[in-house]
Amino acid sequence: MADEKRLSLNRREFFGHLAVGWSLFAAATGGLLALVFRFTFPNVNFEPTMSFTAGLPSDYEKGVDERWKNAYGVWIVKHEGILFALSNICTHLGCVPNWLPGEQKFKCPCHGSGYYVTGVNYEGPAPRPLERFKIVLNSEGKIFVDKTKIYRAEKGEWNNSDSFITV
Amino acid sequence: MSKKKGFAEQVASTQIWKSIFRHGPPTNARNRAAVVAGNVFLHLHPIKLKKSGVQLGYTWCMGGLSFFVFLSLAVTGVLLMFYYRPTAEYAFNDIIALKEHVPLGIMRELHRWGAHAMVITVWLHMFRVFMTGSYKPPREFNWGVGVILLVLTLLLSFTGYLLPWDQLAIWAIAVGSNMAKATPFLGHGGPGAVLAKIGDFIMVSDRNDVRFQLLGGRFVGEPALLRFYILHCVFIPLVVGVLIAVHFWRVRKDGGISAPL
Repeated sequence: MADEKRLSLNRREFFGHLAVGWSLFAAATGGLLALVFRFTFPNVNFEPTMSFTAGLPSDYEKGVDERWKNAYGVWIVKHEGILFALSNICTHLGCVPNWLPGEQKFKCPCHGSGYYVTGVNYEGPAPRPLERFKIVLNSEGKIFVDKTKIYRAEKGEWNNSDSFITV
Repeated sequence: MSKKKGFAEQVASTQIWKSIFRHGPPTNARNRAAVVAGNVFLHLHPIKLKKSGVQLGYTWCMGGLSFFVFLSLAVTGVLLMFYYRPTAEYAFNDIIALKEHVPLGIMRELHRWGAHAMVITVWLHMFRVFMTGSYKPPREFNWGVGVILLVLTLLLSFTGYLLPWDQLAIWAIAVGSNMAKATPFLGHGGPGAVLAKIGDFIMVSDRNDVRFQLLGGRFVGEPALLRFYILHCVFIPLVVGVLIAVHFWRVRKDGGISAPL
């Protein structure tokens, strides 16, 4: 009876088919869910770029310059012979402090954190100084700020040569 | 042979009436049970209640009030959607318009007060359930459902907070969404994010972490407004609606409203 076609599966074959079927179903479902998850991350967004060219060092007066604050969230500060790019995100809970020229300090309106012109916190709930961004001179001698590279004072990173420009 | 039927009896004997109401009037125990069991809305309820289980002093009616407030929020919320546009250009002005340019200018306030009321009633309901020990077996699963509903209630409040698009809204959400930033491994400010680094390349940054997913951007901007609007008006209410049905059903299946021992 070797040539008779067998119509039924035995138990082992049945579970083999079942395992393959369910594995394929699980893989398809998982793949679809992964795609849906990825769908929530846009490939393009219309926010300001993470880096920008900010003119020549000689364009800046001594003190805090606010010209890039609204566009890029950065203060260019010229203080004690160096130029650095200070983040305008409060290190307490992420609001945006104001520069108060009269009192020579950054003051956050949300919970009252205060920072010196250097970005070091000294009053209010802020736990650490404002962050600085990478700031270098490009081949034309212009300032180039890269916000993807962050320098934190509490980690001793403000000594890094890319975190300031000597003027 | 037959007495002339009264008007009510005539109506009750029409095919239309009988197609809607399958059972006779709920004047005896059998019909009462049949009426509850045969109605899609009522059947989520227990067919029988212990009289002591619905004492106001025992239940505070807080679960029922939570549901009532949820329904009124759904109605006022849908009405608000006729005027509100979730874009940076229109959102704030539409909120003003809802007060100034529309009859019944307190519709938005009703929605806001209702939101506060729902948080209060849900908390009090949870407090009552805890104090009466109603979370104990066989009701422990329903306690879990209730905790999820509480979290979803708070998330509804949180997502609705952004929609007026004023200074309070934007900075409250800026602060609140920074909690997502601190999620272990998934947020760029959280523990573990520092470890996810290949050489100089940071894998978890503010451009791809869980906060970015929530806001649709690096900060609270127009994509965040749209996402919160969808979460607030569609996604979370749908989940809440399903879980409320499960919650009520399990009250019935787990032995009805708990009663004083």
